Amino acid sequence: MSAMSGAAILDQVIPARAPWSAVVGRGQTLRIIDLGGNQAVDCLLYNANDPVERYSAHDTVVAQRNIFLVAGTQLMSNEGAPMMTITSTTCAYHDTIGGACSRESNTLRYGHHTGHQHACVDNFLDEGMRRGLSKRDLVSNINWFMNVPVGDDGTLGIVDGISAPGLSVDVRAEMDVLVLISNCPQINNPCNGFNPTPVRVVIEAAG
Amino acid sequence: MADDHGPTTAGTVTATNTLAGARDHARSLAGTALASGPTVPASAATDLPPEVVGATIVWAETIVPGGYASRRLPRGAVVRFEDVDGDACLQLLVHNAAHPNERINTADTVKVQWQAYLGAGALLLSDMGRVLMTIVGDTSERHDCLCGCSSRRTNEQRYGDAGASGTHPNARDMLALGVAKFGLSRADVAPNVNLFKSVRVDPSGGLHLDGAVRPGTHVDLRAEMDVIIAVANTPHPLDDRAEYTSTAVRCLAWIPSPADEGAERAVDRYRSATPERLRAFQNTDEYLLGGAS
Repeated sequence: MSAMSGAAILDQVIPARAPWSAVVGRGQTLRIIDLGGNQAVDCLLYNANDPVERYSAHDTVVAQRNIFLVAGTQLMSNEGAPMMTITSTTCAYHDTIGGACSRESNTLRYGHHTGHQHACVDNFLDEGMRRGLSKRDLVSNINWFMNVPVGDDGTLGIVDGISAPGLSVDVRAEMDVLVLISNCPQINNPCNGFNPTPVRVVIEAAG
Repeated sequence: MADDHGPTTAGTVTATNTLAGARDHARSLAGTALASGPTVPASAATDLPPEVVGATIVWAETIVPGGYASRRLPRGAVVRFEDVDGDACLQLLVHNAAHPNERINTADTVKVQWQAYLGAGALLLSDMGRVLMTIVGDTSERHDCLCGCSSRRTNEQRYGDAGASGTHPNARDMLALGVAKFGLSRADVAPNVNLFKSVRVDPSGGLHLDGAVRPGTHVDLRAEMDVIIAVANTPHPLDDRAEYTSTAVRCLAWIPSPADEGAERAVDRYRSATPERLRAFQNTDEYLLGGAS
């Protein structure tokens, strides 16, 4: 992990299964640290001044012509503008095609007995509503520390992670960005090693 | 046209400088041969697929390059999109007509079905664990859930022009106009599906567009609840050609005869194909029992 050069203006631990949000100002860097290893961190971004402009997984993979988020990836908005840049990552790559778990999609993937389990969409809604967002504002998200390969025949799925305790990712804001996070509570697939754990978030002042 | 009825200039008498003249002029335009746009009533369309017998045709429209359309379709309706000349790319959004904050979720569509590439039998899943539409026919086999659509900014960068009023309309603004006609807004322009152009992922995650010209293919989608669909016909976001290249899409939708729809559902080719699809249909059944349709 590279040293952060600026002063930390926020340093918090997001408990296992919990939501979190903060505005990261233009030029500031958000570091997310996978404390326990293989903990998926579902993440959405909104232009803090015009939230109808928001993260677009599609624009992001089109801009770099690759599905994997790596060092140097620009996280693009639905209006084709860079919102944040991955300035460094010690986890080799991250996902943005797997979406977020929900109570509803859990019933499809794992059976109706999972329909009351806590899920990322409920975290996004719970936290987002406090920021004036609603269900209409939820779109395809980033999954930090999650591994979703696509096979030759198009088979796609969440497989065992490639992260480890202490790995981290740094993203620099290219505009004032509202960051909405769900520390994923999923226990039916390997995205959290079947054991959701806390993650640490640090916001560093602009350099 | 401009020569006949152009801007009135001082001292020039035109055919439209009176109310009666303007009305007569407007009415004289009706019956103009149809290059694009909707056939109304749709039953006047003559190009229903020959295998469709006894159906009620509810939509017949040709969408030109850079065009868009939006429609409400009832549960059971089948819509066919045809890539007439083979170089179209149709951006598609689907919303639940009764509760439009339920809409297509491309991530759930590929994740739940364990398959990134859409084809016959694939479901378009909502963000509520239900089926919006089923792909019941597909001779194109080239679709894309990963790449979304162009925006004003990306078209300005690529073509130097991007708006609905210009000659290189971007897909996001077209879809926004489409859903706006149903009271929705830009926040309702969710991540979309692309029809008639495919993208494949290589082992290192790289994206590769298949943009070859293949005239005459079509895809048929059946509505599994009352839906609002919005479509834009614009180049795929990975289409690198310097020219804004697009060809027309023919849209035809029909409500099958009750006998045909009953027979189709009895055969149930799609419902039980996988455990995930079966549960999506079960959730949809449960929702429809609640009185929505």
